[in-house]
Parts: sequence; structure tokens; C-alpha cells
Amino acid sequence: MPETARTATLLLDVEGWPGHRAGQHIDVRLTAEDGYQAQRSYSIASAPGEPRLRLTVERLEDGEVSPYLVDELRPGDRLEIRGPVGGYFVWEPGSGRPVLLVAGGSGVVPLAAMLRHRLAAADTTPMRLLYSSRTPEDVIYADELTGAANHGVEVIHTFTRAQPDGWTGYARRIDAAMLAEAAFPPSQRPVAYVCGPTRLVETAADGLLAVGYDPAAVRTERFGPTGG
Amino acid sequence: MDDADIRLDGNAAAGLLGELFAVDLTTARCCCAGCGAAEALGAEAVYASAPGTVVRCVHCAHTLAVVVHGGGRYWLGVSGVAWLEIPDPAAA
Amino acid sequence: MPPGQYLTDDFPVLSAGPTPRVPLAEWSFSITGEIDEPRTWSWDEFRALPTETITRDIHCVTKWSKLDTVWEGVPVASLLDGVETAAEFVVAFCDGGYTTNLPLEDVAGGNAWVVHTYEGEPLAPEHGGPARLLVPHLYFWKSAKWVRGLSLRSEDEPGFWEGYGYHNYGDPWNEQRYWGD
Repeated sequence: MPETARTATLLLDVEGWPGHRAGQHIDVRLTAEDGYQAQRSYSIASAPGEPRLRLTVERLEDGEVSPYLVDELRPGDRLEIRGPVGGYFVWEPGSGRPVLLVAGGSGVVPLAAMLRHRLAAADTTPMRLLYSSRTPEDVIYADELTGAANHGVEVIHTFTRAQPDGWTGYARRIDAAMLAEAAFPPSQRPVAYVCGPTRLVETAADGLLAVGYDPAAVRTERFGPTGG
Repeated sequence: MDDADIRLDGNAAAGLLGELFAVDLTTARCCCAGCGAAEALGAEAVYASAPGTVVRCVHCAHTLAVVVHGGGRYWLGVSGVAWLEIPDPAAA
Repeated sequence: MPPGQYLTDDFPVLSAGPTPRVPLAEWSFSITGEIDEPRTWSWDEFRALPTETITRDIHCVTKWSKLDTVWEGVPVASLLDGVETAAEFVVAFCDGGYTTNLPLEDVAGGNAWVVHTYEGEPLAPEHGGPARLLVPHLYFWKSAKWVRGLSLRSEDEPGFWEGYGYHNYGDPWNEQRYWGD
């Protein structure tokens, strides 16, 4: 089902799915009729325990896999997947440490899984999302994120190319100054998860260290040179 | 296109390594044989577009590990890793 | 097309590490190893050498092939002109530490160039610029990016990918992708 002009969420029934942790991803492999194979990783959007696996895929202009997944896949089609994988970029409630989520573009997907996991577990750990998008129309899960405030999750948007009318919020790429204002202060011993295009992740991770975050408390996942 | 665009991190190698190892290695600390810095594999630099997957130290770019999958085999080179500290899943 | 290859119009960037960025004032190309008098050219000296413009198909071991790519560069044969050596092999060495090995006759016989121009433009760093080796009759991992020289050897020494399971020679027409193929 479509999310934005460029992204869509796929719902997968996976027989024997072993369960997953918020933040993990799967690898999808497509085999064309002529035998050509292409493989890509997609973060799991669903919280652990949901009946179906949710993936949100951004269609890349010159993509080999995403255009097929977003435009061609039909209910009843089968996909070859591997996973879930990754134990580094995962969050589970229980530590009590405030959680800062920093997203660029489709990097919001695994962070949304963490947000959903917190909600489904009725967890009250402080959680905040700083989310960079090009324009308001590019915000994935917009309605859900608006509702997140009702569950104690503050969502702070920054729009780098075009802002809503009357916008008084951030209108630039994430930088150290923005993080100094928007992030939980280091004195609260927060943990941070940063995900998105490689450049954004590098800048944000460096910015968090500059703000005083413990390097061991900052986890990153780079998506490569995709948009965002 | 900058290196900053194509470089990924250890999360990108998780699937491939998961085919070879029973434990998740992305949370393992790797000590670089080049510079001695230790980081979680998930935080190390990964170049996954090449004929193989190359893991490099984020501090000094030394090649930590290379995985080539093809020709009926996996070829794993780990001479750049001085040691790995792997959390025991049973102790969690 | 060689067996197992797929045609592409793109020019994929495949890399084993960070893109080196060497200022041209610090760049040099050398012939070293088993040679009486090692040779070296600065960037200006290298750019002053006579070049050839060639059109070739290129084949990557990751299965993509690109046809009719146009390059301009210096034939390796002319860089080796007059060199007396008993060496039978070369190791190409590059910024960033990449290496690849080839039989000397595969680079000295008129089928290899050190190229600096691709499709009429200076070779971009992500594709190996300022200069890369071009050996189109072998899989493209042998066309070493960011090449800085050739070391002449009497013993064959596997380079980077050759040491991790890729074929020592790499002939696409015999599908020599992996060691043992």
C-alpha cells in the first residue's frame, strides 16, 4: 500500500517467521527470468509480534529492486527473503534510558519499528524522533507520527527543501546545533539510533558526539547514497 | 559520488555473515590488527558493492575482513582482525 | 558477450574501500621490481606521453558487461619500451593498497593501457581517476583503479581479489571467475 509518492509498504506473510527485534532488517533477492539476480536489504517496519511482516520500500530512480517491489508486486506474489538479521541496531524496552531516534528519509523505517514496539509493549521510556525529510509530502507514516505525541513520543521534523505554510520549525539538514537543541541532554544517559543516507548518519553521529553523547550509546545504520 | 555515499556499515554484512556464523557478529567487538582500535562490527565500514564484501576499520581503513561468495564456496579472509569479542547469547 | 554476463548501460561503481584522492602534484606512475633502472613519471610527464583512443567492451566478474566503452590512455607496451627483464609477471599497485597480478605478456603485448580519460572526460575518482589500468580482455577487477605503477616479478603473486578466492588469470570467455574455475 502506498505511503508517499515514492514509498510503499508491503505486507508479507512469512511461514515459520521466527519473530524479530525492532531495528532488524531482511535481505530480499529478486531473480529475473533470464537468471539475473539482485539483492537488497530492507528494514522491518513492523513491531515484533505483528501478524505480518511490514516493509516500507522507497522507489529509487535507477533502482534494480525497489521499482519492482513498489510498482509491480501484486498480492499473492512470492518473495525470496533472508532474515531477520542484525543485532547491533536493535532496541528493546527495559533499560530505562531515554531513546533518541534520528532519521533521514527512508531511515525512519527501522526507527518506526522501535516506536511501534514501545507502543505495543505499553512502555513509557522517554523517546523522541528527529526526522529529516525533503518536503512535508515525503514524510513516511505522517499520520501515525502525529499521533505518537499522544503516547509520549515527541516527533520533531526538519524539512530541507520545502516547508509547510507558516512553518516555524527546522528547515535545514540535521547538524550539531540542531541536535544540541533537540536531543535529550547527555546528563540523562540517553541512547541514540541514527539511520538514513550515509552522509546524514555521519553528520548526525558526529554531532551527537559533539553534544556529549557517549560513543557507545550511539548506534548507526547507513543506507548508502539514497535520497533523503 | 563520494566515498561517503557508497560506504555502509556492519549492518550491511549481517545477512551474509549470518549464513556462515551461528551467532550474530554485528554486536561483536573487532580489534583492528592495523591500529588496535576496537569497535562493534556493526559500526565498522563495509563496502558491499565490490566483487566481495569488504569490512574496513572506521579509524584507519585497514582491511579487517573480506567475504567472497561464489564458485560453490565462501571465501573468508580475517587477517585484519586481531580478535573478536562476541557476546554470548546464552548469557543475555 | 562472455558466458554468464548481463548487458548494462550504466557504469556501476564497485569499490573495496574509500576512494583515494591524491593531489596530482603528488601523483606518480612507476615501473619497479625486476628492472635495471626503475622508471617513474610525474602527472605532467605522464600526460605528455602519446596516447591511444580505444573502444572496448568491459566485463565485470559481478556479471555486468558494458559494450563500446571509450578510453584514452598510454599503452603499457610503450611504458615498458626498452625495459630488459627476466620477469614474467606484474603486480599492479594502487593508491589505497589495492593490487592485482597479471602475466607480463598480457600487459606488454598491446592489450593494456594506463588510461586517464573516459568518454572524452577526465576519469572520475569513483571510476579510478586520475588513472587506472585497462586490461579489457580480462575481468574488470584486473583493470586496477587508482593505479600507481607496475612491479615486475619473476614469481607470480596473487593480488587483492586473487587472494580471496578469485581466479588468478580471469578470462571472461572461459568464465574464470573463481579460483579453481
